[in-house]
Amino acid sequence: MITTLKDTTSAQIQNAITKARQSVGAASGMVFTLLAIPAADEYDDVFDACVEAGREHPSRIIIATDGSTRTERLDAELHIGDEIPGEVIALKFHGELMHHKTSAMLPLLLPDSPVIAWWPSAAPVSVSEDRIGQLAVRRITDAMGCADPLATLLARAEHLAPGDTDLTWTRLTPWRAMLASALDHHQGTVLSGRVTAAENNAAGLLMAAWLRSRLHVPVEFDADGGPGVTGVTLTTAEGDISVQRPDGKMAEFTAPRTPPRSIALRRRDISALLTEELRRLDTDAVFLESMAWLASDVRPEGATP
Amino acid sequence: MFGVTGDLARKKLMPAVYDLANRGLLPPGFSFVGYGRREWDDEAFADYMLEAVKENARTTFRPEVWRQLAEGVRFVSGAFDSDEGFETLGATLRELDESQGTEGNHAFYLSIPPVGFDQVIEQLNKHGLVDKTKTTPWNRVVIEKPFGHDLASAQELERKVSSVFNSDSVFRIDHYLGKETVQNMLALRFANQLFEPMWNRNYVSHVQITMAEDIGIGGRAGYYDGIGAARDVIQNHLLQLLALVGMEEPASFEAGNLRAEKEKLLAAARAPRNLKSHTARGQYTAGWAGGQKVKGYLEEDGIAPDSQTETYAAFRVDIDNRRWAGVPFYLRAAKRMPRRVTEIALMMRPAPHLPFQMSDTEQLGANALVLRIQPNEGITLRFGAKVPATPMEIRDVSMDFDYGTSFAESSPEAYERLILDVLLGDPPLFPQHREVELSWMILDPILDYWADKVNQPEPYVAGTWGPPSATAMMERDGFVWRRP
Repeated sequence: MITTLKDTTSAQIQNAITKARQSVGAASGMVFTLLAIPAADEYDDVFDACVEAGREHPSRIIIATDGSTRTERLDAELHIGDEIPGEVIALKFHGELMHHKTSAMLPLLLPDSPVIAWWPSAAPVSVSEDRIGQLAVRRITDAMGCADPLATLLARAEHLAPGDTDLTWTRLTPWRAMLASALDHHQGTVLSGRVTAAENNAAGLLMAAWLRSRLHVPVEFDADGGPGVTGVTLTTAEGDISVQRPDGKMAEFTAPRTPPRSIALRRRDISALLTEELRRLDTDAVFLESMAWLASDVRPEGATP
Repeated sequence: MFGVTGDLARKKLMPAVYDLANRGLLPPGFSFVGYGRREWDDEAFADYMLEAVKENARTTFRPEVWRQLAEGVRFVSGAFDSDEGFETLGATLRELDESQGTEGNHAFYLSIPPVGFDQVIEQLNKHGLVDKTKTTPWNRVVIEKPFGHDLASAQELERKVSSVFNSDSVFRIDHYLGKETVQNMLALRFANQLFEPMWNRNYVSHVQITMAEDIGIGGRAGYYDGIGAARDVIQNHLLQLLALVGMEEPASFEAGNLRAEKEKLLAAARAPRNLKSHTARGQYTAGWAGGQKVKGYLEEDGIAPDSQTETYAAFRVDIDNRRWAGVPFYLRAAKRMPRRVTEIALMMRPAPHLPFQMSDTEQLGANALVLRIQPNEGITLRFGAKVPATPMEIRDVSMDFDYGTSFAESSPEAYERLILDVLLGDPPLFPQHREVELSWMILDPILDYWADKVNQPEPYVAGTWGPPSATAMMERDGFVWRRP
């Protein structure tokens, strides 16, 4: 059920939600409010990603976009029922209201439950100091969605606050899980490491920073053609532990005393990343530490051209 | 009815009368007399009433219902101090007793500011419109909040009202607390086995009672300024909610028994000992609220630029009895909040032991049982559950029950119930003077404390959840306000 409200207020939106809920007859049971702040041309993709994430985390999703500067009003579109888990409220802010988005968002936050803000591409430099960011306990950005991912990620690292995360980090989760379990099986000390990825690849550099921060050994970063992160090698006295994914889909895992194995390590789409990110809403200390290493380490070492 | 041209009469009371007629609940021969200064005749008043009905009635408009209702509609023109006006009123009522068969049963609805109460009651007495000594035919009076502005004035009001009317004939209307809501609360508390065992200090850590309005004072400057949030809604509405949620089980739901329990609870409740630490007041300033630009309180029409009236009031109430000792009740009422909501939240103590890793339960808050009063009346139960697809990550989830969706029949508007109860003479949910006085006893020390301060109430931007001092007040006790 889609309800469109032109030139509206938060109170009218609230009433429309109540009415729609009663006619659809669904109980809410939503667990949090997700605020998505996409650019206008990303709206459809972001809508789909949010709905997909909502299947695992039924939530109230508020998608806020900027409209025209020639008029001043708030338009809303509510999606409730049908195939939508939870609720989607699309808000379009026109004119002066663009600078007062939180005034319309605050009344629509679900009672007493967490708020997560997600910027799919461009985001304020310091999201924790942003007004929308301050409504949220968890602020998700995506450096890879920006024009210059590395510069964006480095800038993020400088303004990082507890509760901030970047999907660049989420993209590394399967890699990190695989490497961590490999090291659990091979007790030998890691002597050095090497990460290969596309040139300037932010995820690859973050991976290198993570390895450095955890293993306290030198970790090289080598640029190749990509796509994305293509390989990680950890050198131990017994031989190399290596995960290579040259095509972005299948990876080959090799380690001392074990036969090489193929592992599906497909690059995941945004909705999968978002869904995973929303499972834990507490501060990710390992991410904060890795980012600190990225900020202090990458530039002086000149790993990037 | 006195005050027929007021906002409340036009938007709620007269439409409610029509709705009752439409649903066939009014007694045959029901008549409605307006009294006011306007130079209207019966017909002009009926037209005015018709317009209000068409605009604001809840049920569909049916001309035949209106025609029948309009037969008993009269208007008497006069001021509150006009002897002639009250003589005419008397004559009109006698005429209706004859023609419509109302048999001398009259209810006087005072939908007027408290300054007019005295005069009207006095005049009713003087012109023989009421006779306290007789119970049949009955004479009842309906008065609206505020019931005084402190204990002394409430007692004074009571003295005057009771000199003319029996206490059983006085209906104090607190329009926020509909009978349906009260009955819902009684049913939840006393029809179930599930809740009673945890309804005490062993399990409840504190209780938050909130009444937030998203609107400003609008056109009510004359009424609101000098009254403020505490007198406007906490004294009557929030303390009534407190009484209902905190009281013991009444022997029956008969008026006297119910009242006795509420009075006992209110008598055990008191203002906090440290007024500086456990009260907070604020005043809204200009800002953006709900997607609209709005004025600050001091810029509203008809408000003095140095007014110290609070539009946000919050304080702690302690209840000295076995059930609630050590469980603070936090009350807050305010205008220009982010959204309109009235609710009572019982916040539970944390589990004595959590056999989880710290990080697993970081997102887990206190369990809560929330009685939602409006909008969307219902009950929310909040507890922890495991997040799917994680090893062991626990987060808060809520279970919502909505009266609106669970029972198809929409519950009658509060005013319909109230008017009907007045006609039936069924007073169990109307507070009597003792409850009103007990409420003032709780509030008076706080109001005195605020009055002694010469500074402005703390500003808060319109469309936000109140001033920093309110947050600090909770922090001091180790709690936070729920975002309702």
